[in-house]
Amino acid sequence: MRRFSSVPFNGTKEQEQQLTSWLEQHKDMPGAAMPALQKAQEIYGYLPIEVQRMVAEGLGKPLAEIYGISTFYSQFSLCPKGAYKISVCLGTACYVKGSGKIYEKLQEMLNITGGECTADGKFSLDACRCIGACGLAPVMTINDDVYGRLTGDELEEILSRY
Amino acid sequence: MYRSHVMVCGGTGCTSSGSDKIAEAFENQIRADGLDQEVRVIRTGCFGLCALGPIVVIYPEGSFYSRVKEEDVAEIVNEHLLKGRPVTRLLYDETVENGQVKSLDDTAFYRKQKRVALRNCGVINPENIEEYIAFDGYAALGKVLTEMTPDEVIQCILDSGLRGRGGGGFPTGLKWKFASGNRGQVKKYVCCNADEGDPGAFMDRSVLEGDPHSVIEAMAIAAYAIGADQGYVYVRAEYPIAVHRLQVAIDQAREYGLLGENIFDTGFNFDLEIKLGAGAFVCGEETALMTSIEGNRGEPRPRPPFPAVKGLFGKPTILNNVETYANIPPIILKGADRFASMGTEKSKGTKVFALGGKIKNTGLVEVPMGTTLREIIEEIGGGIPNGKKFKAAQTGGPSGGCIPASLIDTPIDYDNLVAIGSMMGSGGLIVMDEDTCMVDIAKFFLEFTVDESCGKCTPCRVGTKRLLELLNKITEGKGTMEDLARIEELADFIKSNSLCGLGQTAPNPVLSTLRYFREEYIEHIQHKRCPAGVCKALLSYKIDPTKCRGCTLCARTCPAGAISGSVKNPHSIDVLKCVKCGACIEKCKFGAISKG
Repeated sequence: MRRFSSVPFNGTKEQEQQLTSWLEQHKDMPGAAMPALQKAQEIYGYLPIEVQRMVAEGLGKPLAEIYGISTFYSQFSLCPKGAYKISVCLGTACYVKGSGKIYEKLQEMLNITGGECTADGKFSLDACRCIGACGLAPVMTINDDVYGRLTGDELEEILSRY
Repeated sequence: MYRSHVMVCGGTGCTSSGSDKIAEAFENQIRADGLDQEVRVIRTGCFGLCALGPIVVIYPEGSFYSRVKEEDVAEIVNEHLLKGRPVTRLLYDETVENGQVKSLDDTAFYRKQKRVALRNCGVINPENIEEYIAFDGYAALGKVLTEMTPDEVIQCILDSGLRGRGGGGFPTGLKWKFASGNRGQVKKYVCCNADEGDPGAFMDRSVLEGDPHSVIEAMAIAAYAIGADQGYVYVRAEYPIAVHRLQVAIDQAREYGLLGENIFDTGFNFDLEIKLGAGAFVCGEETALMTSIEGNRGEPRPRPPFPAVKGLFGKPTILNNVETYANIPPIILKGADRFASMGTEKSKGTKVFALGGKIKNTGLVEVPMGTTLREIIEEIGGGIPNGKKFKAAQTGGPSGGCIPASLIDTPIDYDNLVAIGSMMGSGGLIVMDEDTCMVDIAKFFLEFTVDESCGKCTPCRVGTKRLLELLNKITEGKGTMEDLARIEELADFIKSNSLCGLGQTAPNPVLSTLRYFREEYIEHIQHKRCPAGVCKALLSYKIDPTKCRGCTLCARTCPAGAISGSVKNPHSIDVLKCVKCGACIEKCKFGAISKG
């Protein structure tokens, strides 16, 4: 479940400045809440309750509404992500080619369950829905690098590159 | 003038396998050889044959190089571009016959295809508006604004028989007609649904990546037809290349005066904005999408009122899918009759399918409506790899169903697919072979809908969860025959009582597998066996002592220490310790280990 994070919030003044000035400029735009949260996640990397509160205050909306939006969309994360974000595609094309097993194996190797981050903050693991590289199935991405036609044997070597 | 063009595929599939670096390598090598005044490198949209990516096509010859590697680039430039000798060793093997290079259109993959929506993908540089214009781009918009009344435009689309390509198949012209009242008196919106959420579908992304201007042009035509001046494209944030190219295209169209005020000097105003989705499948539903553009949780609203009456921000709105829009300019330019001459009686034109799963030629194909599944899978798709047997094809994603091998000769169109318990959906076509367990697939899709159900209405939120629990029971070997009846009853209830399309179609994967693969369910329930060898709880691993040579490899591989035996003597598996990971089977060189 992606709810509150146990990691203490340590945003900087610059980040806050960046967010509040964006909110100032866009607060009258219709439908501003989603772009605002996307911007906030771009700045902070995730959406802890402190950041949601800033967005709520900046847009003049109840925190409950902002929290409702943050938890509705899978792109928004309430927990911090690892330095290297691993996403395993569990779209149908990848699934029938065995990406479920790849996902299980990674959970075992990293000793975390999907959605979590390793204790050292290096890797986080998520399942994602179709990134559209079905020709390369099964596929996973680590930050912007794409790895396709996986068999499972090469995972150790791939992780060791990071 | 350039004497040769090197087209490098810049779609997501090929980019993922490094086509960007290959394009760069071509540019560097061409410069090094002093050919940069004669040869040009262009990054195009998707060619369709993703399985063979990265793809490079060299014109004027049309030579199709597949799975190109960086180290091949120098040879291609030196041999082909400098000396005029195509490197046949690196060409797609289907295009080479007895040492002669054949046209791409003569290969099995392309022969039966007809590209309408994908007409410019792989042909033009999507980031250059002039190339689009050179291929009749914006001519349809010009014709509409200067020669046709809005009602004539709607009539033309009605006559073409075009139906929504996002899945529902609602007649596009009719949708436009409903929203066309009170032109000029009320604010209206035109929206494009590019929130392609079906896992395994990537048609819309490929159109946006390969030909973004066709969508912009069509949206302007739609805006003229209904009297709107503002449009939104709602696109998944997971498609960064598509978002980037669409933004570039919008900026260029504005610069050329094809978006903005007084377009073609006719007094018609229209502008377009991108809205990014944030990963919610339900936002592909039209009312949910609009709620999301408004900045809220993307929950659907009850209909009526329909969006044509009360849509985005409470104003009349039309929403069409990317592929639907991509079909509009050719209909306007070449006439409704020409479009209506393709396809079946009630489904006109072509359909793009994303072919994936257990098939040789994974990729993007566009075929006339009415093409049979057999033609798509066996001829275009090249059949099932590794000598396996075709078991089923899944269309329509989590809203669709599985079509069994016995119905492989069904001509594909909207109505036929619904009649056999599936649906067109946006066009994902996943092929499954005998190693796929149908109960597991039904469970996979249901897990998806349970996860993506927005929670607003109870039949969908609670019903799909209970349905999944029943399936889990069966795959764990605890199911009873009464559960099958319960599944059917609950599925019918969810279908008839859910608020939106997500819930109304969520049980389809379960119902269709139950209809065509009932024995497989019964096998799980009565004999506690998974015939495809997928459902873990029902598997047990055995070593055949007559085949085992006692090489000890499996014992060393087993992560649970469940295999024992001494060197050169048959080993055995302790079923209580076995975690059923299958690692031993993969390692055994003598085929001595079996599961079942």
